Amino acid sequence: MVDITPADGIPPAEVAEMELYHPHSWWTKYVFSQDAKVIAIQYSATATGIGLVALVLSWLMRLQLGFPGTFDFITPEAYYQFITMHGMIMVIYLLTALFLGGFGNYLIPLMVGARDMVFPYVNMLSYWIYLLAVLVLVSSFFAPGGPTGAGWTLYPPQAIMSGTPGGQDWGIILMLSSLILFIIGFTMGGLNYVVTVLQGRTRGMTMMRLPLTVWGIFTATVMALLAFPALFVASVMMLLDRVLGTSFFMPAISEMGEQLPHNGGSPILFQHLFWFFGHPEVYIVALPAFGIVSDLISTHARKNIFGYRMMVWAIVGIGALSFVVWAHHMYVSGMHPYFGFFFATTTLIIAIPTAIKVYNWVLTLWRGDIHLTIPMLFALAFIVTFVNGGLTGLFLGNVVVDVPLSDTMFVVAHFHMVMGVAPILVVFGAIYHWYPKATGRMLNETLGRFHFWVTFLGAYLIFFPMHYLGLMGVPRRYAELTDMTVMTESAHHLNSFISIMAFIVGFAQMVFLFNLIWSIRHGREAGGNPWRATTLEWQTPQTPPAHGNFGKDLPIVYRWAYDYSVPGAKEDFIPQNMPGSFGPSREPA
Amino acid sequence: MSVILVFLLVIAGFAGWWLSHQRLMTKPWLEQGLASDLVGFDRSTLPTAKIGLGVFLAVVGCLFALFTSAYFMRMAVSDWQPLPLPRLLWLNTGVLVLSSVALQCAVVAARKRQIDMVRLGLATAGLTALAFLIGQLIAWRQLTEDGYLLSSNPANSFFYLITGMHGLHILGGLVGLGRTTAGAWNGARPERLRLSVELCAMYWHFLLFVWLAIFALLAGWAATFIDICRQLLT
Repeated sequence: MVDITPADGIPPAEVAEMELYHPHSWWTKYVFSQDAKVIAIQYSATATGIGLVALVLSWLMRLQLGFPGTFDFITPEAYYQFITMHGMIMVIYLLTALFLGGFGNYLIPLMVGARDMVFPYVNMLSYWIYLLAVLVLVSSFFAPGGPTGAGWTLYPPQAIMSGTPGGQDWGIILMLSSLILFIIGFTMGGLNYVVTVLQGRTRGMTMMRLPLTVWGIFTATVMALLAFPALFVASVMMLLDRVLGTSFFMPAISEMGEQLPHNGGSPILFQHLFWFFGHPEVYIVALPAFGIVSDLISTHARKNIFGYRMMVWAIVGIGALSFVVWAHHMYVSGMHPYFGFFFATTTLIIAIPTAIKVYNWVLTLWRGDIHLTIPMLFALAFIVTFVNGGLTGLFLGNVVVDVPLSDTMFVVAHFHMVMGVAPILVVFGAIYHWYPKATGRMLNETLGRFHFWVTFLGAYLIFFPMHYLGLMGVPRRYAELTDMTVMTESAHHLNSFISIMAFIVGFAQMVFLFNLIWSIRHGREAGGNPWRATTLEWQTPQTPPAHGNFGKDLPIVYRWAYDYSVPGAKEDFIPQNMPGSFGPSREPA
Repeated sequence: MSVILVFLLVIAGFAGWWLSHQRLMTKPWLEQGLASDLVGFDRSTLPTAKIGLGVFLAVVGCLFALFTSAYFMRMAVSDWQPLPLPRLLWLNTGVLVLSSVALQCAVVAARKRQIDMVRLGLATAGLTALAFLIGQLIAWRQLTEDGYLLSSNPANSFFYLITGMHGLHILGGLVGLGRTTAGAWNGARPERLRLSVELCAMYWHFLLFVWLAIFALLAGWAATFIDICRQLLT
């Protein structure tokens, strides 16, 4: 039942060919490049670089927590600076930039069948402003007083008072400026990602034929465009409070017996603005991960994704709902109980679309031809981790449970599981999956498996005990825990154990980095489509894809992205741009 | 936070309308080939640049809606003392309206390919927008001379912050307008010029709308309006 329509009879693509910018020199080709693929690699490299800084900071924190009093240079002030910078870098400068700037730039044009982003020049600016934001952030390490130590949430009034490291020095000013720059840069990139999905799709690529990766990145970008302005507003207003002495957030307050010039400001206002950004941010990171993991599972289980429509609706539903749950981060701010009840309800409702996604992943695996490749291992690890992290989310979403747990290590364990480990596992899986496309070579298999098992098991050995510590009542945010009654002998041992595991997992990331660099030259040749995948990025004439992505003619899309193991087809996958209809149960096109 | 939520509801309305045209109920696994009924659903016929600008304006709208939300929340604290708005703001409003009208004339002229009228419209719009910015600066000066300093009261802080933010957006628009004007004089292709002029006009009208909204907010009418709405609801 194979019926292939010859491609000759198809009218030419209706998409107007865009005027592609052709670079003339080495500088415009590799440095000030307007090619989304180069920008993607620039974004990823910068994010990885700054992410390594955050990794080292987490080691320093673990040194202090695991072996208190051993390291003189980790003062309480320094500890707070490590916490703040670790959190801010990981959430914004690494995860957001990597998923949207890195994967978004690389995958959107290739997956929708476009030659490039729709506004390449703006896209280039986006990266350079991001780089500037990172440099401003890094410069705060060298500023007098060091970086800010206000915690990654930067709550006023303490964030700009002299008791906080960097509060009355340069730290907080540089932090806020860097955030403002990041948001401006991101908005430029985000416009590109959204409009490219809207307008850049090739002929036949309807929204409902898009791979879920694109749906995830697209929805996350729309959310980020609407959520980041809240952080922008909060940053600008706090900057004015700090530099020009206004009182947006600063109440009347005295410091060392001296009355500060501020009066009447509302710290709660800041919390509202911050979390109006902060909660969507969780899903800005999670939705691209959801999308990518759907594609990884489908490809490596050789089976179509279960419930594609439901997956799309769930992505859109999660995106919309995540704007009405922000105050669940503020249960302990003394809010009205009914207010808390409302937000607890919306928070728990989000569990429904999320659970639909998890069921669909599991049902995709059901009776699939599962290949335990490294991307698949990471995808499976993601599902387990996300479910674990999500379950503790149900605890913390309820006001009465959250209030006693809010200031403990339980919260740290919860959000690291759900927002740290889970998306990072997807990032790794995605890199193992798409590295062959970006470089033409496979990553080393042995090193990859070593990396996977150490990272996966290690992350559990770090964060599972942390839940337990939290339930015991061990508080977070404390640099020194030695004299507390909750810190029993066994709790101390557990803390040391966590620290040692953190070092081992960190070391495994060095192996991964080595693999990334080593395989560029020495990896096995990948060919154009090593995973035998259906989506358009694997069908490019060159690997790595050349400037303009698709050679002379843009591909024409005839089917959805998940035609794996179709009965009657010659191979167990049918690329999206292959014409003809297959299978006994289908109507011919 | 109600202002931003209402704003997002509007955005969600647009998104829902768009999604409802994307055939979310189809079963893509059953549809193969290039069925001719798919063509109409592919993408909008609007120029891509206009859609890009539309998305950007949604972000700008979000920004000002958030400032407004913060304004109302901060206003509830007892130390709030509204400041008298300088009468000059009325004149500035008129100038900004004039700027928008001039650009609209340029759009009409560009559609009729009357290049002289396009140039005239663009130049008028640019000059009036500049005059608006200068007018805003003079208004700031008047206020500071009368002792309404940035940090002396949150009402003042918000006044400078929001008008400043609006001014910065006008300034950014002037860069685009400047490029369009240069194109009009250096003989850009008519279709291309028409698109640039339309984009400028769209941005200008939006910023005029934002200005009217924040003028109403800063003058206190918005608060009165919301009070009336609240009374009607209760």
